[in-house]
Amino acid sequence: MDKITLELLEKTSGLHDIPQGAYNIRKDGKLLARNCSTEIEIVSKPDKDGINIIIAPHTKNQSVHIPVVVTQGGLNDLVYNDFYIGDDCDVLIVAGCGIHNDSDQNSSHNGIHTFHIGKNSKVKYIEKHIGLGSNLAEKNLNPTTKILMNENSSFEMETVQLGGVNYADRRTDATLKANATLIINEKILTTEQQKALTNFTVKLVGDNSKVEVTSHSVAKNQSFQAFNSNIIGKAKCFGHVECDGIISDQAIINSTPKISAQDVNAMLVHEAAIGKISEDQIIKLMTLGLTQEQAEQQIISGFLS
Amino acid sequence: MGIIQPTSGKILFNGEDITALSITERARKGIAFGFQQPVTFKGLKVKDLLKIILNQVFECNECCTYLAKVGLCAKDYMDRPLDNKLSGGELKRIEIATVLARKAKLNIFDEPEAGIDLWSFDNLVNIFQQQSATNIIISHQHKIIAIADTVILLNNSKIERIGTPNEIMKLINTNKHCEKLGGAN
Repeated sequence: MDKITLELLEKTSGLHDIPQGAYNIRKDGKLLARNCSTEIEIVSKPDKDGINIIIAPHTKNQSVHIPVVVTQGGLNDLVYNDFYIGDDCDVLIVAGCGIHNDSDQNSSHNGIHTFHIGKNSKVKYIEKHIGLGSNLAEKNLNPTTKILMNENSSFEMETVQLGGVNYADRRTDATLKANATLIINEKILTTEQQKALTNFTVKLVGDNSKVEVTSHSVAKNQSFQAFNSNIIGKAKCFGHVECDGIISDQAIINSTPKISAQDVNAMLVHEAAIGKISEDQIIKLMTLGLTQEQAEQQIISGFLS
Repeated sequence: MGIIQPTSGKILFNGEDITALSITERARKGIAFGFQQPVTFKGLKVKDLLKIILNQVFECNECCTYLAKVGLCAKDYMDRPLDNKLSGGELKRIEIATVLARKAKLNIFDEPEAGIDLWSFDNLVNIFQQQSATNIIISHQHKIIAIADTVILLNNSKIERIGTPNEIMKLINTNKHCEKLGGAN
């Protein structure tokens, strides 16, 4: 693998080489490498671009890496990845996309991921997005994540975009059956004229289902972010959305957390706060010997960690 | 500490005029400051603050020492975010630990007794007595005033008297302006 591909894999998936276990690496719209394990099968879709990842019931402590790298300008990559996770599993799924574009033509990756999560299964899903290369053309990423959660399942999603992406439209839709738990942690940093849109829709349809959405975003320069969440409680359920934004310069963050209780036993909470870095926090770190600039950097990196 | 610039006068630190120095410059000269109301963060952890203080030379044993001094177990606290999920008392003890970790020449504590009601007050007094650094402590607590070498009594932002703890406590007990002192506040 070339240096740029390795760098993108490292930054999006923490990989230094071909990963252990099952993986599918997609580069510039084509399959670069694939490996299945006894319990995890990866097959190409017959009708469209993408893969089915089939995880056998009772698969425990295994991981699947499905990174995507784009190193060409002018590529508009669209891919459908469907995960079928059997009952009683405990797995780690690492996705993510990195675009390195030095050309003068825009590149984009649109990953449509659907998760079917079996009963009593536990999934941790990490998705990192990054754009690298010169500023001649745009690097755009539009991930869509659909999560269908069966009884007693849990899904923890970490979605991270730390710079370099000109435009991102992130859509996440989930439906939770009884006793299912969904935890979403989102971290987004935008600079310059970048735009990042986020939309979460979570339907809590089963009793004792639970969702926790935490979004930390930092918008600098003239960048723009919009956070929209819609939590719908149709059963005895609990939903909590916390959206915190830090703005600086001429940046704009719009936050619209919506909650809709459609059952008398639904309990839904949303909290949203946007503002610049607090003076007290900067002063505290300056009393430890940091300059104002270093203090701000430290606060932001902690906020996005 | 340089948070508010003085309108007149001079501040000398070891003979050097530091009046015009910023917070950062004063900190780097060897002055540490403990806030009355510890500042909370979103995401920054206890270990992140200690890392800044110890200049990235991160020795877990060293961190343990400072946290143990304020009655906290490092194992339980190093990875805790410095946010409102910690109680006021825990935040205050961590604040004091971060001042001690700085190993500064001069420590300034702004009402260190505030908010540590759950923790043995005597431990706090012991910490001040064990320090080899100079401590300036802003306090309303007579037990803390009693361990000072020199007490400066302020009234409406003006120095009313400078003396030994005995002299000042006598004055406090007889002066109605000082009724806030002695633990009533």
